[in-house]
Amino acid sequence: MASIVGGAATSHVPSIGIAIDRGLTGDSYWKPLFDGYVPAREWLKAIRPDVAIVIYNDHGLEVFLDKVPTFAIGTADRYVSGDEGWGPRPLPAFTGHSDLSWHLVDSLVEDDFDIAIFQEMEVDHGFTVPMTLLWEWEPDWPLKVVPLTVNTIQFPMPKASRCFALGRALRRAIDAWPGAERIAIVGTGGMSHQLQGERSGFMNPAFDRMFLDTLKTDPQALCRISSREYIDQAGSEGAELIMWLVMRGAMDAAVREVHRHYHVSASLTAAGLVCYENQGA
Amino acid sequence: MVDQDWQPPHGTYVFDGHRSRMAYGLNKLGMSLKTPENREAFRDDERGYCARYGLSEEQTAAVLARDWIRLIRLGGNIYYIFKLAAIGGETMQHIGAQQNGMTLEQFRAKLNSHREA
Repeated sequence: MASIVGGAATSHVPSIGIAIDRGLTGDSYWKPLFDGYVPAREWLKAIRPDVAIVIYNDHGLEVFLDKVPTFAIGTADRYVSGDEGWGPRPLPAFTGHSDLSWHLVDSLVEDDFDIAIFQEMEVDHGFTVPMTLLWEWEPDWPLKVVPLTVNTIQFPMPKASRCFALGRALRRAIDAWPGAERIAIVGTGGMSHQLQGERSGFMNPAFDRMFLDTLKTDPQALCRISSREYIDQAGSEGAELIMWLVMRGAMDAAVREVHRHYHVSASLTAAGLVCYENQGA
Repeated sequence: MVDQDWQPPHGTYVFDGHRSRMAYGLNKLGMSLKTPENREAFRDDERGYCARYGLSEEQTAAVLARDWIRLIRLGGNIYYIFKLAAIGGETMQHIGAQQNGMTLEQFRAKLNSHREA
């Protein structure tokens, strides 16, 4: 049986990717952020996942407003970093795990999650930034990937409780997979930030710290927060935090927090990171 | 239940179905800029490119002026119009500063003001 060896959640700000690609991770602005990821990378090296299921939202690379799936899974054998308008990131292609992807689709639909299917897709910063924060990619990525997208751009977006329930269903699907893979679940997005309108530049460290504490101990409390309240408290784009709940839902009720980091800010975004291991139940 | 009475925080334009419909062409223009060929075509003839996507005169003027707050008010979604900013080498901080009516330095100071002691 496959095992979930770890769960992580991290912000996915595009300028973090640009800083990595330009070799700026050691400069005085960025160093405090990147230093916080060193223990996460060491932890992942130690627990050796061979597949990452990465939960993120497309930001207008693959999904336009003509067709907006609330939840979708990539079922490709290969994913490349796409051109979001400023050129693709120079990264090796990601290897998919299409057998596992299709198993997840089958299992989720049977479990009443009618998820959309992407047989071809490019991935944007929402996917590549977490991957380049958490793993090394030269000469090649050390693991396969399964992208899972959540609509957080076109309202209505799914409720926090629904994201958590998706995580629970994802867990049941993984538990039913006969392979022996070591799986990591990666939630992405947030933390508090707002990009649009006169409120752009808004952040809310007090809310973020509450979220970081509560995600481990009482995720149900975060499920009771409405989408409107996420906008109020975390900013219109900070509402992406609901994707952290997909990861949390896939983990055990009890988790051990291996590492946490919080940094204000990565450009307009308060940047957070958590790493969990299952503790049973 | 959707709360019809909820008002988003001041300066927040929730990208709902209404906004998505009122600016479909504008956002489609933004989406189109993900290919180098379209970026070149846009640079060659910005006004003509706007016409191809059926933009109103008001939307076209806001595109030509890179008037970010106006584009947001007209229904632009930040992620699609950001591709327009990237063409001119502008970052999200430039957009944020302009939306706040601030200089870049003032806006960076606002961002840094959230740092905890």
